[in-house]
Amino acid sequence: MKNITKFGAVSALSLIIGASSAFAADIKIAFIDPLSGPFASTGTNGLHQFEFAAEYMVNDKGGLLDGKTMEVVGFDNKISPKESLIQLQVAIDQGIRFIVQGNSSGVANALTEAIEKHNKRNPDSRVLFLNYAAVDPALTNEKCNFWHFRFDANADIKMDALTDVMVENKDIKKVYIIGQDYSFGKAVSDAANRMLKDKAPEIEVVGDELHPIGKVKDFTPYARKVVSSGADAVITGNWGADMLGLGKSIIENGFEGPIYTYYAAGSGITAAFGESGKDRIRLISQGSINPIGSEEARELYNAFLKKYPDGNIDQSRIFNTIGMLSQAIEEAGTADDVVAVATALESMEYESMWGGKLFMRPQDHQLIQDMHVGVHTNDGLDFDYDQSGYGIKNESTVEMASMDSPTTCEMKRP
Amino acid sequence: MDLILVNLIDGLVTGLLLFMLSAGLTLIFSMMGVLNFAHASFYMLGAYFAYQISLALGFWLGLLIAPLIVGVIGAGVERYGLRRVHQYGHVPELIFTFGLALLIEELVQFIWGKNQMPYNVPDVLNFTAFSISGNSIPAFKVFMIFVSVGIFLGLLFVLTKTRVGMIIQAALSYPRTVEALGHNVPLIFMGVFGVGTALAGVAGVIAGPVLGTFPGMAFVLGSIVFVTIVIGGLGSLWGALVASLLIGWITTFAKSYNIEMEGILNAIGIATPENLSDNPLRDFWALTSPQIADILPYILMVLILIFRPQGLFGKRES
Repeated sequence: MKNITKFGAVSALSLIIGASSAFAADIKIAFIDPLSGPFASTGTNGLHQFEFAAEYMVNDKGGLLDGKTMEVVGFDNKISPKESLIQLQVAIDQGIRFIVQGNSSGVANALTEAIEKHNKRNPDSRVLFLNYAAVDPALTNEKCNFWHFRFDANADIKMDALTDVMVENKDIKKVYIIGQDYSFGKAVSDAANRMLKDKAPEIEVVGDELHPIGKVKDFTPYARKVVSSGADAVITGNWGADMLGLGKSIIENGFEGPIYTYYAAGSGITAAFGESGKDRIRLISQGSINPIGSEEARELYNAFLKKYPDGNIDQSRIFNTIGMLSQAIEEAGTADDVVAVATALESMEYESMWGGKLFMRPQDHQLIQDMHVGVHTNDGLDFDYDQSGYGIKNESTVEMASMDSPTTCEMKRP
Repeated sequence: MDLILVNLIDGLVTGLLLFMLSAGLTLIFSMMGVLNFAHASFYMLGAYFAYQISLALGFWLGLLIAPLIVGVIGAGVERYGLRRVHQYGHVPELIFTFGLALLIEELVQFIWGKNQMPYNVPDVLNFTAFSISGNSIPAFKVFMIFVSVGIFLGLLFVLTKTRVGMIIQAALSYPRTVEALGHNVPLIFMGVFGVGTALAGVAGVIAGPVLGTFPGMAFVLGSIVFVTIVIGGLGSLWGALVASLLIGWITTFAKSYNIEMEGILNAIGIATPENLSDNPLRDFWALTSPQIADILPYILMVLILIFRPQGLFGKRES
């Protein structure tokens, strides 16, 4: 009887140890983004790229900190800030220390606030917020905090590079700005108005408009306004179904000029534009796909295509996020103390396989990187999107874009 | 002035597309007394089927075959699903169609994935039909107008001039009497459900290339269809047509012209308050018509329900 009790106690103890060591073997990353609803494709493709990045860049190379593996767990937030906070709590309760999110700055604003509060109140279960695509400038300005890192260029940086390229095109005299009605759409419009005025006062903004996000069935009335305004170029920050709907409608209804976009590629959008978008759609992005940034990137892309034959790497920053996080964890020597990881991450310099150097600016946690403006085409591509034969090819590059741009961030470190 | 004409045409296209969806739904509603929540899902199925068929056989066979398949599926749903649920009352029927809508969306994502489908306008129709002061009207839109008008005339003819139509109309209002006269009423119900969903399928086939073929397309269009049939009057084909066109034009014009709330309020004699930026109502003052264009149909529906609960052309006395 005594023996049995002893045996029970020992086995229970070993179970606990076993469980906790199995737990420690994993570095978990919570991916909180839409996996259902109108923006499901954008979210799901992001999740695939994250999963692949963790697998290929970390686990297949022996893991981190002597063999800890990295795992990306998907949480569906239905693009709602409220739902995101619930999912954040679920993730924290599961012991996850790293949160990645990108689709919708509205969600990112809610998350960064919630995480700041959580970290203040619960020093034992602090988390880091790695933002890979939400580009509202406020996140690295007045709303900045120590726990938030942005791996995408913010809307201002993108617009800065975009307008640099636009003012060199002397055919553009009138510009129409249109976007989704929420913080990001407004940020794009503000930045475009401000920078065009600074760089080329002679360019006239003939339209500046916001439409409801994810609810417009038919963009024809908007396209009519663009055409009748006599604009030579259109700027839009639209993404997902809103991007495709707007772009198609503008082209079909007789607009002749270039359309400067943030997100008109991948997730079926490139294939759906096809021939009609050739030499018309322009896209600002980081990371060079055509021509490919390095041989390492080419191998990675081919491996990705082997796993997801109809997939795209349309967010190369996801691989930078995983790469830089891994390097920070190695430098800090821990994946549990997020303060150490965050300290290693800020002011990190990182050689990206997609070309160029990356620098995590410590004063606002904004990643500084090369920006490219590419064109939608089927000529001379290394990798197309959506198996369509069409892809985005670089036309111009701005190195270390907005390296010295001002920030209003007053970073409080713990 | 030119823009008005262009907007009239655009609104007509939107309205007629809405009509093809609401025509089937309004018939089904007056027949079974239940809103078919899955109606817009059949519209989505139409678009996806047509895309798949167009890959192998081209757009035109897709236009022909896809609605047939959707109609057969619709009839099957009525025969083996709704008819069984019917005996338990309206609420289970409602829940059944709601579940069906979710199921179809998941199924579509399972088979085709979550991406946009490259379902495009056929090359034959991919040109500008004509243009009005720089605004081109694509040939495909003209084609959409013809298809929907043709379907409306066909439906009207069948329902009002043929024996089948008379039996359907009789079965809608007095099913017991019609049954007593020896007609197979369940078969008629199945037929109407099948034709209604097939119409939604046609709408999907011709709207897919223009509005995009993606898993959210049913969701985006779903609620507005219900609004249409409530405004038009339940069970009335003319009502569905008028309400669809009304909604098409209202939303198109509201989006095309930047009418500001400030202008309207000033026009009816309310002065703009000073220090507008500190005013608690500043968001209300800053409203523009494109911002509220998509909720105008809902406002219209509320007004109709208050002042004319049976709808514009509804016959039913409540």
